[in-house]
Amino acid sequence: MSHDASTTGSHHYAHHFESADHEFETSKFGMWVFLVTEIMLFGGLFIAYGIYRGMYPEMFMEAHHALNKIMGAVNTVVLICSSLTMALAVGMAQRNERAKSAKLMMATLFFACMFLVIKYFEYSHKIHIGLLPGAFYNNPDITHPKAPIFFSIYFLMTGLHGLHVLIGMGLIIWVLRRTMKGEFSSAYYTPVEIAGLYWHLVDLIWIYLFPLLYLIG
Amino acid sequence: MAHDASASHGHDVDYLNDGKTVWSWLSTIDHKRIGIMYLVTVLIFFGVAGLLAIGIRLEHWGPTRTIMGPDTYNKVFTLHGAIMVFMFIIPAIPSALGNFLLPLMLGAKDVAFPRLNLFSYYVFLFGATLAVVAILAGQGVDTGWTFYTPYSIKSQTGVILTVLGAFIMGMSSILTGLNFIATIHKLRAPGMTFHRMPLFVWATYATSIIQVLATPVIGITLLLLVAERVLKVGIFDPALGGDPVLFQHFFWFYSHPAVYIMILPGMGIISEIMPVFSRKPIFGYRAIAYSSLAIAAISFLVWGHHMFVSGQSDFSNIIFSFLTVLVAVPTAIKVFNWLSTMYKGSIKLDVPMLYALAFLFLFTIGGLTGIFLAALSIDVHLHDTYFIVAHFHYVMMGGTVMALFGGLHYWWPKFFGRMYPEKLGRFAWALVFFGFNLLFLPQFYIGGKGMPRRYYNYDPVYTLGHQVSTIGSLMVGFGLMLTLGYLFWAAKKGQKATQNPWGAKTLEWTDAASPPITHNFHGQPTVDNWPYEYKSERV
Amino acid sequence: MFWQSAYASTVGLPQSSTIAPTVDILYDFLVYLSVFFLILVTVVMVYFTVKYHRSKTGRETAYIVGSHTLETIWTVVPLVLMLFVFAWGLKGYREMRAPMKDPVEINIIGRQWLWNIEYTNGRKTLNELVLPKGKPVRLIMTSEDVLHSFFIPNFRIKQDVVPGRFTTLSFIATQPGVHIVFCAEYCGTAHSDMLAKAVVVEPEEFDEWTRTGKLPAHVNLNQIIGAVGAPTSVAAATGNGSSQPSQTPAERGKALAASKGCIACHSDNGTRMVGPSYKGIFGKKEEMADGTMVTVDENYIRKSLMDPNAQIVKGYTPSMPPFAGLLKDEEVNDLIAYIKSLK
Repeated sequence: MSHDASTTGSHHYAHHFESADHEFETSKFGMWVFLVTEIMLFGGLFIAYGIYRGMYPEMFMEAHHALNKIMGAVNTVVLICSSLTMALAVGMAQRNERAKSAKLMMATLFFACMFLVIKYFEYSHKIHIGLLPGAFYNNPDITHPKAPIFFSIYFLMTGLHGLHVLIGMGLIIWVLRRTMKGEFSSAYYTPVEIAGLYWHLVDLIWIYLFPLLYLIG
Repeated sequence: MAHDASASHGHDVDYLNDGKTVWSWLSTIDHKRIGIMYLVTVLIFFGVAGLLAIGIRLEHWGPTRTIMGPDTYNKVFTLHGAIMVFMFIIPAIPSALGNFLLPLMLGAKDVAFPRLNLFSYYVFLFGATLAVVAILAGQGVDTGWTFYTPYSIKSQTGVILTVLGAFIMGMSSILTGLNFIATIHKLRAPGMTFHRMPLFVWATYATSIIQVLATPVIGITLLLLVAERVLKVGIFDPALGGDPVLFQHFFWFYSHPAVYIMILPGMGIISEIMPVFSRKPIFGYRAIAYSSLAIAAISFLVWGHHMFVSGQSDFSNIIFSFLTVLVAVPTAIKVFNWLSTMYKGSIKLDVPMLYALAFLFLFTIGGLTGIFLAALSIDVHLHDTYFIVAHFHYVMMGGTVMALFGGLHYWWPKFFGRMYPEKLGRFAWALVFFGFNLLFLPQFYIGGKGMPRRYYNYDPVYTLGHQVSTIGSLMVGFGLMLTLGYLFWAAKKGQKATQNPWGAKTLEWTDAASPPITHNFHGQPTVDNWPYEYKSERV
Repeated sequence: MFWQSAYASTVGLPQSSTIAPTVDILYDFLVYLSVFFLILVTVVMVYFTVKYHRSKTGRETAYIVGSHTLETIWTVVPLVLMLFVFAWGLKGYREMRAPMKDPVEINIIGRQWLWNIEYTNGRKTLNELVLPKGKPVRLIMTSEDVLHSFFIPNFRIKQDVVPGRFTTLSFIATQPGVHIVFCAEYCGTAHSDMLAKAVVVEPEEFDEWTRTGKLPAHVNLNQIIGAVGAPTSVAAATGNGSSQPSQTPAERGKALAASKGCIACHSDNGTRMVGPSYKGIFGKKEEMADGTMVTVDENYIRKSLMDPNAQIVKGYTPSMPPFAGLLKDEEVNDLIAYIKSLK
């Protein structure tokens, strides 16, 4: 929430804060609260998942075999790597290592793209064989009449997560540009920290999605 | 003190005169100006939804068609509900009064994230515009503000855009709540401990917690409803194997706590007005503060009481009934504490106090009738009747709107540096108060006799009740128009107000001018006592 | 019980089922409790306002910040009262929901905007729920489209009717006569016209009715207990499904149009509703959704009643339920006569 920054280490913080630290702490606190709201947003979908899995356990069992476990697992690893690079990028920003920080952010973006590419192949395969949500479902192999609901939930959850990946990438690109312009330093790197927190959340949600959707039973 | 990017101005000019252009308002990050912009916006929506309410009441003058057809009627009550809930009563006190007052009461210069605050306002405005455009350009919406599935999936009206509008307004609500929580945690003046915060701040705090935790759930629910219509995902659509009752669970998981988003800030206002106009410390400060948090906590556990006849299990009904009766306890504590505040005080019946007393009376009725609905066997009969309609209007309008108007009169001198006309105020208050009872008391009776809600035609046995109700609605409408009229007149032309015309002890009165300067205070106020220190005094 | 007849509840409705008195007594208790507390709060408020008004000079305000004793009292007393109310409400609810022995089972299907009712022997009715007095009844309900709610105020019972699942209502009716049934869950245009009548008769009359479809002569479907009686869309409609000899076929048809729910979608004055208006439609040439032209004659009307979605007039949605098996031939004739009469 700052107006401007300097490259020399001192930072102009907004007038209603007592100090740069005060501003940093407040921003971080605000971001944590925001992450709670994100968890509540996904929470609704997790509950829908829980209810339908409770109602039709055998259907979930049957339908989940249609998901590609290997692609899912690879994507899990990819996202964990991206979280690691992002955490390191924040650390570098904190230590005034701007070039390293920028490189690590690029690595994070690379992993994020990889995740999306793999996801694209998963999606297109499913669309191709008619494993689609609700009314569009058109696959003869899975016999359970409620199977379309599984794929509705699958697409909703992974779709909303995918949207968050895109938003996260946008945030990282934004802080990356500002890093390259030299706007951050050990005295002021709040946006990097915040983008990092957001990215960890995106990763965390996938870590729940993967076993719940791909590894049933 | 911190160095200041905009030190050249803001130290002496009051916030109303710090930039006169329209752009200086639209681009402001001053929490006070944003508060005033919210106030004007929500009052416009209040007027629109109020006119729709009058339309409903006029239609019910007779059992069959009076002024509109059934489809129009269905759209009118949907709009009345949706506008009142999403565009007026949820943002009214927190976003308008809260924005203006929270930093002042805490001794801060602004909220924690001023630009986010302005962004929230535009998000709200965008969501509201989207919903309104969807309604005006399309065929309206006829689902009721609750958007129950599967009707909302099948309805041919403009459900998608309206729902997206509500979703976007929800985002604004989340961001405002987040901003307030951060402000309360991080920007309190030196010496302002949690237990020295004014009770309005406590109430806003409890409200913000609900906004942050519950609103995302309605967000995902509304998105699922859109997905249901566009992608036919079948989560809520029984035709595709989904469960329509699940929607109700999701919906009320937010919308019940949202009821407390609406009423808690109102309670906060009453807690400010009572001690000031009784010249007595608030009775049981901690009990009132903690009961706000208790209400917020319980509010998350009682959504199922909207669904006693929905077909959910008997076991769920019993649990929800049990939890619901518990809400009455913190509510009763507040009512008795407010009453006790008046004991051996020095009471002055200025308009804010009159509204506070009206609140006490009407809210007590709203609360007591809530007990009927919490008791399982009776709720089965009363569910979806006019009894419910009367009950929640006693809480929402008798409670929140009375508190809002009490608060507006109380803080008007702070907002605009001018007093409202006292005599006219009392007259309008009487119209509103008596009209309100005329409007909603008969609805308890016809509801008990089985009159279902959302009925276009009704059995002629209910005619008298409906007619009395309609007369009451006109009184309330007239009283409120008069009130808004003189308030806005007074903002420009009223008698000049002193810094602290009521002799209050909270920081916005003791340390800030009327109207406050852009940066709120000259220097950083410090606090060494609680804000209700009214020593014993000679009358 | 002896006091039931003498006791007038504040609900203001007849107590026409075994559960009604149970519900009402708690209702009354709460009314009195509420009045007591409201008076308490109001009296204290007004008393303080007068006694401690600022104009009453020559005294000192008190410095009181709270009282743990008092606060404990008004925490504990409401808590105990509330738990008591909860337990009482629970007791009544359990009574309401308890399974009954050998109930008469009746299937009900709600749809926009009528109630299809079917008895175990295959007898079907529209919007007319005939019930045996004093015998347990169990309604097994579902919906074909959106949510509805089956609500009989005189019985104090209500249950949402949900598509895709069954919900049930069990009760014992105690008062012979006709009781109004409302749809209590908003369901669209004609929600408030989605009415039915619960006709309570003696058990032997009920048996007779299930066999022959004949209601005893003393039953007057227009005399509804505790209500004037809808339908209200057509102000003059008599709302009577049973025929009276003095009426012309067109008059009987008008009554049928009301009692069978036709008027929820079809107006008699040219107003376009969910379906085409009856006014002036007879003999007209209409374009169908598939582009063919059809003259509205007796055969078309009959076909539209039995298989409504076969030939839909252009611009309307297929939403009418089939009435095959629900209307007798003479009733179809009456309806045709009625439509003909609306020039």
